[in-house]
Order: sequence, then structure tokens, then C-alpha cells
Amino acid sequence: MSNETGLPLTPSQTVGPYFTLGLTPTGHEAGFGPLITNEIRGEGEPITIHGKVFDGAGKPVNDAMLEIVQADGDGRLDTPGFIGFARAGTGEAADNSYTFKTVKPGPLRSGEAPHICMIVFMRGMLLHAYTRIYFADEAANSNDPVFSRLPEDRRETLLARRAETAGGASYEFDVHMQGDRETIFFRHL
Amino acid sequence: MSGKRLSAHPAYTYPDYKSSALRGPGREPVDLGEPGAKQSSGAGLESRASLAGRFKAGELDHDLTRSARRGGEPLGERIAVSGRVLDERGNPVRGALIEVWQANAAGRYRHKADDHDAPVDPNFHGAGRCVTDGEGRYRFLTIQPGAYPWQNHHNAWRPRHIHFSVIGDSPISRLVTQMYFPGDPLLDLDPIFQAVPAAARGRLIAHFDLGLTQPEFALGYHFDIVVAGSGATPRDDHGSSAK
Repeated sequence: MSNETGLPLTPSQTVGPYFTLGLTPTGHEAGFGPLITNEIRGEGEPITIHGKVFDGAGKPVNDAMLEIVQADGDGRLDTPGFIGFARAGTGEAADNSYTFKTVKPGPLRSGEAPHICMIVFMRGMLLHAYTRIYFADEAANSNDPVFSRLPEDRRETLLARRAETAGGASYEFDVHMQGDRETIFFRHL
Repeated sequence: MSGKRLSAHPAYTYPDYKSSALRGPGREPVDLGEPGAKQSSGAGLESRASLAGRFKAGELDHDLTRSARRGGEPLGERIAVSGRVLDERGNPVRGALIEVWQANAAGRYRHKADDHDAPVDPNFHGAGRCVTDGEGRYRFLTIQPGAYPWQNHHNAWRPRHIHFSVIGDSPISRLVTQMYFPGDPLLDLDPIFQAVPAAARGRLIAHFDLGLTQPEFALGYHFDIVVAGSGATPRDDHGSSAK
């Protein structure tokens, strides 16, 4: 898979402070509603995932955009009609939290723990960052080929914590950009 | 390959871009290191999930000169922006979703966080989207955006630009960038543009193209976009983007 003759990539730039206009429109202006929402519909246990994005000073970021990519409850990416992609901003809620409504994914392969790919964008970051959400209540984490090899003192940063609420199962997942609790980000670029 | 990719992109942070200091990750990203993956990301969800072809844009969503009219036409110079989305091998990325947003001709965004003292244009919203065709091609009609001040440093002005978001084959193809205009004197002064490695900066500047101009209506600019992803993805794998 040599890429030596490949075309050079287009460089990334920050999403900036005004991304809601094009990427997470609320639909009240000009009939330009959201094409991609914070919701994924498919087979599986309905869950919410919520949390905040903290900057290096420990302050919640109010203009981050998060995208998630995942399989459905059967661990499938290609179930007809299923789109395992959603997007949420942190600027809508008063406490600057984000929320996704989705289904708990199944493992993509046997031996893997269920997980979600999360892509983090924000004003002040020139290149998006990739992380993963694993579920704290999954015994399979300890054998997952990726999770189990991560540095022990940092892997907890990828665990979403489950709570049972009136509205169903809810997982909390915060993202820390810097500091002692800095989330593990993965190299893909 | 990862070194090559890194050389195209700015780092997460850049000292002259002040707000980046507290926002980019403090540590180096971690390699996935999956067994069976020849490179860092060859077999994971990030390269297997297929996103192209999943989204449809509205009929007028690509035409920002018409999509938000309220009894009048937007002010400013009309432009057509067109190009192709390609992967690193030069293959067209079909069904890629391109979303754009921008300031109006006066340099003002239709956004509650924009307090620049310049007029809002009631007939211009500044957001659009379209899906690439079988050759990876896209086309927008819009208004030449204006430059505007921002508070990064004394007398800081952003060069005229259009924000682009591209959803291509898979999560590792994901790109958010900004398209600039040739000859803009503000490019040399802009920390966001200057954060890009020097050799790669020119790829963010559109080319004027008379052939794309729509006579008697709009000037044409050409802007191709190359995204990562497909070249490293096994196309016959479960969940691949073959359709």
C-alpha cells in the first residue's frame, strides 16, 4: 500500500466559532435545517451519551463539535437503512454539555469490546482529534485488542459510565483536551 | 504514510493562534496498534465504517445566491465554486457530503456569536451543502465573502474564506478546512492559514477559472480537495465503501 505517488492531502483548518451555521443548524432560519442530527436509529438498546469537553484550564468548551461513528446493536455497519453517524455541538445546552441519542453498539468482531469512534472539532484546534468511547460495564474491555494495550494509567479516559435514568440507560463521557486526565487521542492522520 | 499525512496538516495548535494553546491535545496521539492492521488504522472502525453516499442535500442547498432570498437578492459579487473530491490515489470520492458556511459580502456571519459591526444581508444565509457526483465533482453558487476582524491580536483580520466540511469514504477521510482566494494580502498575516506547513498552503487557495465562470452571472473558482482514507482501506472487507 505504498502511497509515494499519491496526491498530496488538502490541509485541515479549524472549524472556527461559526460552524453551527452550516453543520449543526437549528433550522429556524432560511429553511436550512440539520441534515445530520445527534440521533442514530437502529437495532439495539437505546442509550444516551452525554458529557462535556474541557479545555486545558478545566473549563467546558462551548463551541466544540463532536461526531460519532458506530455499528448497530448487532455489530453491523451495513444494515440496510442504518446510518451510524451523528453530530452534536456543545453550545446549545446551558451547561455546555453535548448529548447523543443512539443505540449501544455490538462488537464489530468477536473478541472486540463494543466501542464508538468519536471525532472532536473546535474553535482553537487546527486539526480534528480522534478518540474512542468504550463502555465501563463491558467485561470484554479487558481483552479488546486496542483497549487492553493502552497505557493502564490512561485507558480509563475512554470509559463511558452507565447510569439508569427515567429516560433509560445513559452514559457519561467527558473529553479532556489537556492535563492529568487528558483523553487518549488516536493517530489516524 | 503517516509522516506524509502529517506534513500536509497543521499541528493541533499553533503559537500565534492564541485560542489554540488550551484546546489542542497536550500529548502525542496514540497508535491504535491493532493486530492484523499493517498500519496504525488499517482494520479499525475508523477505516471500515462507510459514510459516502449516505446523505442527500436539498435541491437549492448548493445555491446560496437563491436559497435564502426574502423578497430580494443577496448583495455582493456572485461566484461559482467547483472542483472534485479525490482520494490520495486520484480516485474520485463519489457521494461525499460537502457542507459550507461563510460570511456575507460585508464580512458578517449570520450567527449569534458574530458581533462584527457590519450589516447582515437579509437575503443571504451563508450555509450550503451538496453531494459529489460520479466523478467526485461538486459545485456551489454563492457570494464572495468579505474579510472580517477577529480578536486574536491587535488589528487582526481573517482573509476572505469559505469553510468546507467533507464527509468522504470513512471516518479517517474526514476533513474540515477553509478555502481562500488568490491574491489576498491578508493570507501572509493570518495565523490560521500560516499554521499550515508552507509547502501545503497553496492547496487551500482556489484558482480563478474562466471556464467555470457562468457568463453574465458569476465568476468561477476551482478548488479540488484530496482526502485520506481509501488508499489504506481494504475495499472488499465487511463494511467497506463498495456499493
